[in-house]
Amino acid sequence: MAALRRVTGDVKHAPASLSTLDVLWVLYDRVLRVDPAQPDDPDRDRFLLSKGHGPAAYYAVLATKGFFPADWLDDMAGPASRLGHHPDRTLVPGVEVSSGSLGHGLGLAVGTALGLRAQGLTSPHVYVLVGDAELDEGSNHEAIAYAGATGLDNLTAVVIDNRSATHGWPGGIASRFAVNGWTTVDVDGRDHDEIAAGLRHRPGHGPHVVVARVEPKFGGA
Amino acid sequence: MRERFISTTTTLLDDDPRTAVVLADISADSFAPAAKRHPDRVVNVGIREQLMLGVAGGLALTGLRPYVHSYAPFLIDRAYEQIKLDLDHQRAGAVLVSVGASYDASAEGRTHQSPGDVALIDTLDAIWTVHVPGHEDEVPALLRAAARHDRPVYVRLSTRTNTVAHPDADKLLVLRRGAGGTVVAVGPMLDRVLAATDGLDVTVAYTHTPRPFDAAGLRAIAGDSVVLVEPYLAGTSARLVTDALSDAPHRLLSLGVGRTDLRRYGPPDDHERWHGLDPATLRERIGRFIDR
Repeated sequence: MAALRRVTGDVKHAPASLSTLDVLWVLYDRVLRVDPAQPDDPDRDRFLLSKGHGPAAYYAVLATKGFFPADWLDDMAGPASRLGHHPDRTLVPGVEVSSGSLGHGLGLAVGTALGLRAQGLTSPHVYVLVGDAELDEGSNHEAIAYAGATGLDNLTAVVIDNRSATHGWPGGIASRFAVNGWTTVDVDGRDHDEIAAGLRHRPGHGPHVVVARVEPKFGGA
Repeated sequence: MRERFISTTTTLLDDDPRTAVVLADISADSFAPAAKRHPDRVVNVGIREQLMLGVAGGLALTGLRPYVHSYAPFLIDRAYEQIKLDLDHQRAGAVLVSVGASYDASAEGRTHQSPGDVALIDTLDAIWTVHVPGHEDEVPALLRAAARHDRPVYVRLSTRTNTVAHPDADKLLVLRRGAGGTVVAVGPMLDRVLAATDGLDVTVAYTHTPRPFDAAGLRAIAGDSVVLVEPYLAGTSARLVTDALSDAPHRLLSLGVGRTDLRRYGPPDDHERWHGLDPATLRERIGRFIDR
């Protein structure tokens, strides 16, 4: 949080950013096998931020974990800054994919998981974070269907559910994944132990989704 | 040309562990033997073109060299944002190989035609290579060359073809010399251009690789009257000709496929004529331009 307080300027996306903070922290602090000193280690886990708007929390976590100097946070989106309102993998150490237009991360994650498997890299796991409203994008459902149909078990998606999807998800978000063969778990997106348990890899069980419920973006229950 | 693509890429899959093929059902049967031998590197995502390109981006990010294939409108038009963001914006390269071109599937109608594909690629980073082979024998070398690097490549295959292959036409290859003007033929337009300009006092140059455009080659041969004949949207390469000749007074006639949806079927030869790209109409248009 101290690092996050240094990041200013992207007021519009502050709720989006805050919604991801706890999941991101648990990922980088307790789950991901990544080393800022070896950013290109082929054996590293891959984390893809598909919900690329509001990356302040992401930047704060990366800086805290040593991927880049913390003073970069003071000038987000400034003329000389590498930290824009949407992350760019060519500018920011630790960022695996450039994102911002919703609905791209899951497809890229499927490709990444396939590529690792094709090269016999069985240790790395691929995590992708999407938003509940982002799931409106049809491109996600292509990826969800394919990953489930092919049992892509080195892939875990995390959906931040802050109830911001315009028409909601009748039957619940997890059901959209389950019907396609994913294993699912719902967690409190602010409870670190629950998040960590939800992210635990289950080899041989196909792709996995963690639906992390946080406070609604627009108030209410 | 599609068969040469399948056989060449199948060999690449066997010989190069970096090669991957990504399909969206189109041509999947033809890759079935290769898929049996390389199940992890032949990926058929089903009728999901956005995913096809996203997967290509992800594969490229892990160090593989994906060859991505479908009908031109599905590969380029439909999944354009994925090309822009999952490849270009990531600085991830893939080899996109299309069939269908502008009117190969003339009976299928507009939904299966992409005259604007090269123009769409032109909106992306200038690092893209675009190959428009004019003969099936030009195809294998282009595909194999693409395997040796990681930059983005678009290969536009067609059933329209020339009678003679010119594998060495990555730069402008001069096939005729004349003093009255310069006609540049791209890909399958060559035979039509040669027929149309028979007896005219013009230089005819051919290329199967319009991107990067051979600006130096054009400056070396262009007089003050230049004609571009392209098998996709007319004028697609006009700005490149203008850039190449920006300090030389010149006139440019850009010929290619029109923008209007013709809403007509029939054979490709008819569409070629309706777009003014048959030898007789080309003769008339080029002749009028050169004579002025």
